[in-house]
Amino acid sequence: MERFSRLYRDLDSTTKTNAKVDALKAYFAEAPPEDAAWAIYFLSGRKIKRVLPTRDLVDRCLRATDLPYWLFEESYAAVGDLAETIALLLPFEERTSDRPLHEWVEDEISVLRHLDEAARGEAIERAWRAMDRSQRFVWNKLLTGEFRVGVSQRLVTRALAESAGLDIADVAHRMMGPWEPTPSFYKRLLSEDSGDVEISRPYPFCLAHPLQEEPETLGGVKDWLAEWKWDGIRAQAIHRRGEIFLWSRGEEPVLEQFPELAADLQRLPIGTVLDGEALAWKDDAALPFGTLQRRLGRKSVGKKLLAEAPMAFLAFDLLEYDGEDWRQRPLRERRAKLEELLAAQTFERFRLSPVAVGESWDALAELRRESRERRTEGLMLKRLDGPYGVGRTTGLWWKWKIDPYTIDAVLLYGQKGHGRRANLFTDYTFGVWENHQLVPFAKAYSGLTDAEIREVDKFIRQNTLEKFGPVRSVKPELVFELGFENIQRSTRHKSGIAVRFPRILRWRKDKSPDQADFLDTVKSMLPEGTGASQAEAPGDEG
Amino acid sequence: MSELLKVNDCGIYCAAGDFYIDPWRPVPRAVVTHAHSDHARWGCQSYLTTEEGRGVLARRMGSDAVIETVRYGQTVTIGSATVSLHPAGHILGSAQVRVESGGDVWVVSGDYKIEPDPTCTPWEPVPCRTLVSECTFGLPIYRWSDSRAVFAEIDAWRRRNRDAGRVSVLFGYSLGKAQRLLAGVDPSIGAIYCHGSVQGLNADYRAAGIPLPPTEYAGTYDKKKAEAGALVVAPPSALGSSWMRRFGDVSTAFASGWMAVRGTRRRRNVDKGFVLSDHVDWPGLEVAVKESGAERVLFTHGSTYAASRFFTEKGLDAGALKTEYQGEAEESEGALDADAQAPDAESEANADAPSSSQES
Repeated sequence: MERFSRLYRDLDSTTKTNAKVDALKAYFAEAPPEDAAWAIYFLSGRKIKRVLPTRDLVDRCLRATDLPYWLFEESYAAVGDLAETIALLLPFEERTSDRPLHEWVEDEISVLRHLDEAARGEAIERAWRAMDRSQRFVWNKLLTGEFRVGVSQRLVTRALAESAGLDIADVAHRMMGPWEPTPSFYKRLLSEDSGDVEISRPYPFCLAHPLQEEPETLGGVKDWLAEWKWDGIRAQAIHRRGEIFLWSRGEEPVLEQFPELAADLQRLPIGTVLDGEALAWKDDAALPFGTLQRRLGRKSVGKKLLAEAPMAFLAFDLLEYDGEDWRQRPLRERRAKLEELLAAQTFERFRLSPVAVGESWDALAELRRESRERRTEGLMLKRLDGPYGVGRTTGLWWKWKIDPYTIDAVLLYGQKGHGRRANLFTDYTFGVWENHQLVPFAKAYSGLTDAEIREVDKFIRQNTLEKFGPVRSVKPELVFELGFENIQRSTRHKSGIAVRFPRILRWRKDKSPDQADFLDTVKSMLPEGTGASQAEAPGDEG
Repeated sequence: MSELLKVNDCGIYCAAGDFYIDPWRPVPRAVVTHAHSDHARWGCQSYLTTEEGRGVLARRMGSDAVIETVRYGQTVTIGSATVSLHPAGHILGSAQVRVESGGDVWVVSGDYKIEPDPTCTPWEPVPCRTLVSECTFGLPIYRWSDSRAVFAEIDAWRRRNRDAGRVSVLFGYSLGKAQRLLAGVDPSIGAIYCHGSVQGLNADYRAAGIPLPPTEYAGTYDKKKAEAGALVVAPPSALGSSWMRRFGDVSTAFASGWMAVRGTRRRRNVDKGFVLSDHVDWPGLEVAVKESGAERVLFTHGSTYAASRFFTEKGLDAGALKTEYQGEAEESEGALDADAQAPDAESEANADAPSSSQES
């Protein structure tokens, strides 16, 4: 625990990427595989299943401190992090626990689930008493499942690859999909032999950068492939050794949610991996995103829904063919093989993502104006002689979106509406990320359906952090795509910007708060000359 | 019933003695708790402070200022009020002001801390009916560790920097925090350089008999000749200024009570945050209130709502007193740092100060 807690402190105390990688490498050099596997698990954003309600931790803390609940709330408001608030409040004498991380996780956390409330409280307190303040913080973080240290899976991957002298792409590949944080996983992750790829394992997705300049800056239009940027679920379709898998970009297996895609997956030749977009699709056209959303997060799909919101898979890339990794081949070659493969037999729900053909950038720009009616978000521009990159590789793929003014933001405050919306929380304040904090950036009142409003209302009531008169701050959990017409600098707003006619475009149930946009992304939309440094959005790629 | 002390437009006023305690506007007669700029303002006709605090107050208020001094515990009569100054343990010369008149006793704490600090006389409780207290860190999340442990962390950070060939730059207020840092660090790790505003005040501390390790004026720092392990102590306003360039490869740290909270630490944009405060923490506040024996507590600045409610629920008559003190301001030390508001007074020591960031 001490080693991991020290790693957490080291990562937390620097903003420099190299220093973070160094801290990770130092950790991996020392940590036993049992611990290292768990460290990778947590630092790459994976969570253990919740073993207790957060309220248990708060109650136990109040009991130990003998503080009134309102003072806990005041403290929480000042700290902004529950795990940290508790760690700061606990009065127990500090000890430094030398017990290894994996023991704490495997022997202590998993047991909590089987205990009654009283025993659970005692177990939690026992743990606190065995630790120092920063260990308690890490422990609370593990229990509340919100582990954010400004370390991405990519950074962890890089540190691992560098410490083991492996290619970063190999390690990235081995980190994909489901795995158990065991010593054997850790050893496999760092083994020399890369021929052990499990058949279910997807490749790291190639991600696009938003195109901020004019497309002419990319050079000749003939060097680029333009495709529609679909507004669906990015996914990898895998058929290996008779088994089929469909992975979302969030590394979730999603085939169960879209059972109608299974038959076509089986039709792919064995040893094939496709990249594409899963969409609600009917009569040769995409259905609205709202229709697709009805399909998300379900364990089973009824007949009615299958009929109303049927899915299709629009393939746009070929990553593996005949069991061979094709990612280093140029897109031109991959695309040709993909077309050949999909033409070789009849597919019901798999189709080729159509190319947008334009002889010039102007022609493509003209075509791009059809994006809305085609229910796409604009165009993707992909370098024809480029490989399939690992992660967000600059210069290979660009997303040339239509509406530059959309932002994924997190719901921070709710306020009750008036008239028809009286007593419902319908007036929302949204925040975007800046320096690991969510900064309020826009208010929006419209854009949700009545059913969605009721759902958000319920969420706000159940997740209120604080009440300020009629306004409630809520647990930052819900992500919405906001649209707005104009943007300007403002000294009146905390975020430094003001937006015009903000409205909710849609509820991004498919996104978690950490996938919301950065304030710098919003600022990069400011008219030229007033913009901030450009920061990449952590958002979607098509 | 007429109150012994009352807040008006200019500050905390004592009608019985016709004087102000820590006025925020120029008044004829000011009793000041300490020389930080939100407590000691320019332009008053006379100031009363402690003997220990004369040097630093004179540096801040200018050589023309009329400054009278008393020893800790010595009583003086002003009008019909009896006034005495008692150690507050905040910085050199800092005092709690005790005012007695017509059988009523008030104590105005100014800024204070309970933990002993080798650079000033330690705090002691002063019995009173009404205690006027700061509560800059008036939430239970603020619980300071023993400063020896913090200095051990600081020294470990400096050794790591020395071994990596980096200069350690440690930010803290130039009056008080800087000298506490100097007195607490291990002088054997490397040479110590101070920003002009710090170096001038070091002289005042030494003149008051406070032992500090040898320090060099940072203006003389020569990158080419510098030995490994150098420490630079500078006010927070120097962070990010061009003044920093002379030190080459640096690791930066900030010493402040606010560093207890991760979010604040990250917003600061320094490599390290050390939790070291010259203000009372939550347990200390409970001690101070209890030991004063006060029936009534009025909180001047900080988490006044939480502190008032907490002590009200404990059965005291507690409330907030609206003042213009800032304590250790969290968000914009550049503007609120004591140095920033008294640039002229320090000009002699401050020749190399980055004036733009000092005043921003």
